[in-house]
Amino acid sequence: MKKQWLFAVVIVAMIVSACQTAAPTTEPGGEVVSERCGDKSQLAKEITLYNWVEYIDPALKEQFEAECGVKVIETNYDSNETLLAQLQAGAGTYDIIVPSDYMVSIMVDENLLEPLDFNVIPNIKNIGAFHVNQPFDPEQKYTVPYFWGASGLAVDTKVIPDPEESWKMVFEPSPEVCGKISMLDDARETVGAALMYLGYSINDTDLAHLEEAKELLIQQAECVRSYDSQTNDDLIITGETVVGHLWTGDWTLASNPDTGGREGIAYVIPKEGCTIFQDNMAVPVSAPNKYTAMVFINYLADPEIAAQNAEAVGYPSPNAAAREFIDPEILANESIYPPEDVMQRLQWIEDVGPALELYDRIWTEFKAAIGG
Amino acid sequence: MSAEATVSTGVRVRTQRRPVIRIGSLALSLNAIVIFGFLYLPILILILFSFNNTRSVAQFTGFSTEWYTKLFSNEELQAAAGNSLVIALVSTIVSTVIGTMTALALDRFRFRLSGFLEANLYLPIVIPEIVMGIALLLFFNQALFPILESVIGARPTQGVPTVAIAHIAFNIPFVYVIVRARLADFDHRLEEAAQDLGADEWTTFKRVTLPLLMPGILGGGLMAFTLSLDDYLITAFTRGNINTMPTYIYSLVRKGVTPEINALSTVLLALSMGLVLLSLAAQRKR
Amino acid sequence: MAPITTRIAEGFRRSRNARLFGLLSPGAFWLLVFFTVPLLFMLLISFVEKGRAGGVKVPLQVTAESYLQFFNACSSEFSGPDCNPLLYINIFANSARIALIVTALCLALGYPLAYFISRQSVRSRNILLLLVMIPFWTNFLVRTYALKQVLAESGLFNTFLLDLRLVNQPLELLFNETGVLLGLVYGYLPFAVLPLYASIEKFDFSLMEAAADLGANNRRAFWRIMLPMTLPGVVAALVLVFVPVVGAFVTPDIMSGGKVEMIGTLIARQFGSSRNWPFGSAMSFIMMLLVLVGVVYYLRSGSKEERAL
Repeated sequence: MKKQWLFAVVIVAMIVSACQTAAPTTEPGGEVVSERCGDKSQLAKEITLYNWVEYIDPALKEQFEAECGVKVIETNYDSNETLLAQLQAGAGTYDIIVPSDYMVSIMVDENLLEPLDFNVIPNIKNIGAFHVNQPFDPEQKYTVPYFWGASGLAVDTKVIPDPEESWKMVFEPSPEVCGKISMLDDARETVGAALMYLGYSINDTDLAHLEEAKELLIQQAECVRSYDSQTNDDLIITGETVVGHLWTGDWTLASNPDTGGREGIAYVIPKEGCTIFQDNMAVPVSAPNKYTAMVFINYLADPEIAAQNAEAVGYPSPNAAAREFIDPEILANESIYPPEDVMQRLQWIEDVGPALELYDRIWTEFKAAIGG
Repeated sequence: MSAEATVSTGVRVRTQRRPVIRIGSLALSLNAIVIFGFLYLPILILILFSFNNTRSVAQFTGFSTEWYTKLFSNEELQAAAGNSLVIALVSTIVSTVIGTMTALALDRFRFRLSGFLEANLYLPIVIPEIVMGIALLLFFNQALFPILESVIGARPTQGVPTVAIAHIAFNIPFVYVIVRARLADFDHRLEEAAQDLGADEWTTFKRVTLPLLMPGILGGGLMAFTLSLDDYLITAFTRGNINTMPTYIYSLVRKGVTPEINALSTVLLALSMGLVLLSLAAQRKR
Repeated sequence: MAPITTRIAEGFRRSRNARLFGLLSPGAFWLLVFFTVPLLFMLLISFVEKGRAGGVKVPLQVTAESYLQFFNACSSEFSGPDCNPLLYINIFANSARIALIVTALCLALGYPLAYFISRQSVRSRNILLLLVMIPFWTNFLVRTYALKQVLAESGLFNTFLLDLRLVNQPLELLFNETGVLLGLVYGYLPFAVLPLYASIEKFDFSLMEAAADLGANNRRAFWRIMLPMTLPGVVAALVLVFVPVVGAFVTPDIMSGGKVEMIGTLIARQFGSSRNWPFGSAMSFIMMLLVLVGVVYYLRSGSKEERAL
């Protein structure tokens, strides 16, 4: 008698467990869905994602939890330096971080990043060739590119119907533009813009060149309404500025009425040069759940997931395979996905080491000269 | 104009003297109105835009309560607000008690180190918040937590307790300064009189000193509560993974101040106003 | 045998020192552990070389170069011939100047307001005080942006002035020093009102009547009777406004559109994108010392006057 019961229980258990593996998939081709979760036996119950603000589709966190049973707790930082300070202070209980390009090279030097196991992250192959093996992670050992963008110029086409693709718009502004310009409030970005306009590299450390850039900025200042990296999109939406030094993602929101913006705002990438930045997913050495973190990174690099994320966040995705799933209208938008020749104009901000002190002093002298 | 002045007997006497207190009361009232107007005009704008029917906080296009609905389903924001309130309440109570005690100590007792201690008390007010924030971050993670870890066995993490500790630390001096100012005019003879009448130290304190000190204590407590609710910088470095309202809002400013934040601010305002009305009602009962 | 608690209480009552110790120790302990010690960490940081990636270079290299750099901005290897050594000192002086103006404004506005409040009935007084504080229970960032909207060229205030024909053109109240002043006064006014009120409320107004009886006019009575007797409140207000305003940077940044550089902005940047913590710490300590010395000196002279009365 007992044996029969036991037998029945075993059968039922087998049936039940078979159902459970099939259950998460409500789509055809169910096995693909489970594969996105790696080896489930090694997964942790939850992971902590330390990320920029509004830089992930909230639905994705829930999807990951539903598919793989891992809760994603997100907390935010507002600058790379805050991220660095937290890690260096040993405050980390973070599993995934999203540092920008130059910060990756710093963190690698400081041995803060865990080399990634690409057996767990095969989706690295989906990333476009332009975005991998860059100077900040030359062997692509520590990061998986997440989103990228440029620091170009947003232009109100009602005032300037046919904007020139040049920094001249802001450094030699016409009368209707003067007084209505906004520049980013960042030493490397704005001094960099001046440097590029003058024909130098954005990472130049020559004192004479930087002094030239400083003079240009001081001269420009009376035509600049605001040095702002946070509300520069609002300024151009309301018309308080006509040309704004903006990051790609901010422009995407500002030019779309559905997200509080308005139509008629174009985006140009100046021909003299323009910053490109890239944010990358990485796992800190101090992460408590490294395997699960890498599984989540792989999940985010899945073409469909990456496409969904890109449409929500508004920044261009470095994931070439995701292009299949992104709205063709967005792909055709050259402001978000510029053509090859425009991409060549982009310059990466690299860490200039001790010369950062020079940039800080130049920037301080500039600020003191215009307002103090 | 000829003036009227009441003398302590209550008899009205016409005099030729210029009224001392009554003149300028129009100017005073005007001053008060202008200041309150200045204080509240942005608040009214805030409230107005919380009912905006688009995402903008710059152009009002129509009426809608969608942001309030969004607010009540935004768990992150609610968690942050909850944290803010808890931290503010705890840090206010503790810092008010400690600050008052310290003010009493330094006011009543003259001892060799009192000058030095006083200077020390002003330090948290003088120090830039960012310095204190980073200093605490380092202290918690490189000193305190390792020590606690070796004692308890588990390494603590930053969160609500560390923020509360930090807030108490910077609130104590503010309470101290305000209560101390109040104590400076304190008439000690009142206490002596009470004791002459047979009251012991504790009763004197409870029934004479404390009530007279109350405006200062309340003022200090009010200041501490406000400072705690509103603090961003020190909280940002000591918070670990949790959010308070200022840190959550600050992080959202990146994408523009949305009306959802205005809605939250309006709700807070309504709650505070409610508090005021409650205290008004409570006082009437007395 | 009396229980231990009663014996401790007795001990407290009898021993002056015990009472003092009891009153003082929680405050002293808290500040010592959670303030002084972390501060010493920062002091240490200000005397070592900066690390390449923020923080400090390990192993620690002691140097006073950060302090030297403040007093002589051209002391580093990256200066050219046109460098102005007083760069940082000028910024500090400018911040102090702005802070003084803000403090003066807060006192000038806050004193009459505190006076007005203290003359009302007890119930109204408390409500008015709460009304002063309530705006500050919303978030200061949101509030500052709202203020910015009101003061904007097309904002409520300018529209109001234009409609009433009080001005011909909108006033430029933002993206300049005026905006900074307005924003800071807006942010710190209650810091002045509360201590002022605490002092004024205690003031015996019959003294003013007595002065009038003796022939003094308003101004004399105020300056010679009221102000000296409310001096502790004025000093407290002065300290509570001036000191934080000197180090402020978020409000000036927002209201001036990043155009007015204050010492707070400079220091914050060292802990941010400029990754020079020792320099930031050194400047903070210098600032703290200067302000502290000034405040203590002022306090001492203020209390001397008061005792002389």
